[in-house]
Amino acid sequence: MAEATFRIWRGDPDGGDFRDYRTEVSEGMVVLDAVHQIQAESAHDLAVRWNCKAGKCGSCSAEVNGHPKLMCMTRLSDLDLAEPVTIEPMKAFPVVRDLVTDVSWNYRVKERIKPFKPRPPDAEDGTWRMAQEDVDRVQEFRKCIECYLCQDVCHVLREHHLHERFAGPRFFVYNAALEMHPLDVEDRRADLKDDDGIGFCNITKCCTKVCPESITITDNAIIPLKERVVDEFYDPIRKLLRVFRRK
Amino acid sequence: MASYRTHRHDVLVIGAGGAGLRAAIEASAAGASVAVVCKSLLGKAHTVMAEGGVAAALANVDERDGWRVHFADTMRGGAYLNNPRMAQIHAQEAPQRVRELEAWGALFDRTADGRILQRNFGGHKYPRLAHVGDRTGLEMIRTLQDHGIHRGIEFYMEHTVTRLLLDDGRVAGAFGYDRERGRFRVFKAGAVVLATGGIGRAYKITSNSWEYTGDGHALAYHAGAELIDMEFVQFHPTGMVWPPSVRGILVTEGVRGEGGVLKNSEGRRFMFDDVPDLYKDQTADDPEEGWRYTQGDRDARRPPELLTRDHVARCIVREIKEGRGSPHGGVYLDIAWIREKLPDHAEHIKKKLPSMYHQFKELADIDITAEAMEVGPTTHYAMGGVKVDADSQMSTVPGLFAAGECAAGLHGANRLGGNSLSDLLVFGKRAGEHAAAFAREHGAGAIDDGQVEAAAAAALAPFERGAGGEGPYAIQHALQEMMQDLVGIVRNAAEMSRALDGIAELRRRAREVGVGGNREYNPGWHTALDLDNLLTVSEAVARAGLEREESRGAHFREDHPQKDPAFGQVNVAIRRGADGEMVVRREPLPPMAPELQQIIEEMK
Ligand code: SF4
Ligand code: SF4
Ligand code: FES
Repeated sequence: MAEATFRIWRGDPDGGDFRDYRTEVSEGMVVLDAVHQIQAESAHDLAVRWNCKAGKCGSCSAEVNGHPKLMCMTRLSDLDLAEPVTIEPMKAFPVVRDLVTDVSWNYRVKERIKPFKPRPPDAEDGTWRMAQEDVDRVQEFRKCIECYLCQDVCHVLREHHLHERFAGPRFFVYNAALEMHPLDVEDRRADLKDDDGIGFCNITKCCTKVCPESITITDNAIIPLKERVVDEFYDPIRKLLRVFRRK
Repeated sequence: MASYRTHRHDVLVIGAGGAGLRAAIEASAAGASVAVVCKSLLGKAHTVMAEGGVAAALANVDERDGWRVHFADTMRGGAYLNNPRMAQIHAQEAPQRVRELEAWGALFDRTADGRILQRNFGGHKYPRLAHVGDRTGLEMIRTLQDHGIHRGIEFYMEHTVTRLLLDDGRVAGAFGYDRERGRFRVFKAGAVVLATGGIGRAYKITSNSWEYTGDGHALAYHAGAELIDMEFVQFHPTGMVWPPSVRGILVTEGVRGEGGVLKNSEGRRFMFDDVPDLYKDQTADDPEEGWRYTQGDRDARRPPELLTRDHVARCIVREIKEGRGSPHGGVYLDIAWIREKLPDHAEHIKKKLPSMYHQFKELADIDITAEAMEVGPTTHYAMGGVKVDADSQMSTVPGLFAAGECAAGLHGANRLGGNSLSDLLVFGKRAGEHAAAFAREHGAGAIDDGQVEAAAAAALAPFERGAGGEGPYAIQHALQEMMQDLVGIVRNAAEMSRALDGIAELRRRAREVGVGGNREYNPGWHTALDLDNLLTVSEAVARAGLEREESRGAHFREDHPQKDPAFGQVNVAIRRGADGEMVVRREPLPPMAPELQQIIEEMK
């Protein structure tokens, strides 16, 4: 069987470097298998996050040959094994160790977004009626596995580090799921504009390209949200109404 | 003296899957201060893997359904070893728990009149599983997570608990470490809820994630709690078999629920060849009737592919053993054939089974709308676990509760698909409620420094031996191979005895395990510390399996291939003896209320 070289970033917040590991590859292997094999053979303390190994939990995000990927869904047969395969942690978040990054910022962002608030139940027994067509649109957003690959690739976070002013594509998807939920009656438009900084997004669509769940982040979530924000805040009549409402 | 930080809470929940989150939400609603400790990040727990749906007799699709039918189905599926009171509570409360999820933002698939849609599943008489395509578990965990983060619950992500701390027989807290830095933590709590899931990583071929090392089972056992039904390990009939690296990953029963059929290498639908008597009346006579059933014809009976999981798994093993398997040692699961029935079959499959389509496309290069899948059994679920009171979920140790997969009783000898997600909700809620009440009533226990020191010393021992000692992975792999070979789907006394000798030997090796590196995010160290739990649950499975000299539900003994009525009256219970040895005994089943007995008779 063939061997291949994996150039894996090893280090901690103080710094680190790439190290080469050779291991055997067999049919159907994914990058995460190679990492596990190396961990069992020669680098027992190589840190990596994973859970499901089936693209469902969003734990194993990393950059493979420079591309944000789920390691468990990246097949070695799709990579050029004549060259070393580089594996490094996501760049938009601080490193913990090796391939593991500190993604706690994402949890803090989610916590400040106003939670789901349903309208009163439609039926006597406390249940609601919703049509499948109305649910479909939101179900797309709810496929999100919180892998944060979209956050990793977005230049507003990755290059400009605007973590304090910009929620990132994952949380526009989350906002969209709430705002377009057929039962939700909360209004998050002011927060989207101010706290979540949706205006920083200049629709490069990089996030949509990397989403392993194929969520059309930009077209289906961000653009409609931007439109809602514009309607609310830049429409002159609404502006006037708001002035009155405040009184 | 070990250095550690102490955290104080009324209720400590260990595990952040469906059961843990639901328990935490309830305990917090009852006014308790609540901490959740979990090995992974929040929202990544194994519940995300659940595909098919959550069983609840909402009767949205078929008004003939109701809690009595659900109860009877659960008992029949469990070969009547279930705790009947638990099965009753579960069937009665599941609908309310599902509706509550909707109130918290979950979006289930809908019926034409806008209510929650329900699908057919193995062992359930009527369409009963509320679902979201084939990613119901993700929907559930995300709903609980997004609701829970606004409830003042403290989350300790990527923390592992290695011991429960006791105060004069009652639980007083837990000892653990944070995985990122390796710092020790003492959680002082009035009550502890175990919600750690299963034991699948004791086997080589499993659908379970690395987290499933039997932590809750072992923590409870070492704290003196009793475990029951450990011999019953569910092997899901359909896991992926190819390529090797994905072997074991689950292929949802939903594929069969949507009309998928099992075939051997001769193209024969072998499931028609062997239908157990208990299910004859409920099973389709021919493929046509089976197809009509999957398409919602209420007068049709279910195809034999939807018989209980233990039975389907054994039929598959038989086909493979007798040389009628597929090239990579499985059988065929074919959903593409429905092109004969539905003109837009490809779209239909992608819509109904999106993540299965995706999973095979990405991992095996197979288009399930055009070709058959290769599947084989995979270790999936532990019916056995901590013995709990049916109403409160408290174990035999005061203040220690358990819910979800690590608790036992609801499923008896075999779990029906869809009954685990409802189990998590129903009993997670109850555990949280009763844990909060216990903490309120009894206050906090005292933390004993001696216990903390001992736990810290045990946790550091692998470093003392350093990289010179044997690494943990080799021992883990040896155990997994052995359990797969000797305590798997088909068992006998000689092999299980050999497994027990093997486990004793691996235990000796585990005591000498050494790891290098430091305490920061060190998977070698984490694996070394999980070994004891894996060995404990493996031994429990083998001992309970030896004790039950009959075949029932998921436990199949080729040396005792029949049911034995005497064993139909008992659960096998396991606890830690005075000298640390594992003690096995038979315990009479809990009594069944006459009204429940009557339901079973009526629905036979
Ligand atoms: S489309 Fe917007 S959110 Fe997405 S990557 Fe580009 S700037 Fe970021
Ligand atoms: S939107 Fe897609 S890329 Fe972003 S976190 Fe969710 S699944 Fe990952
Ligand atoms: S391990 Fe779950 S997505 Fe990769």
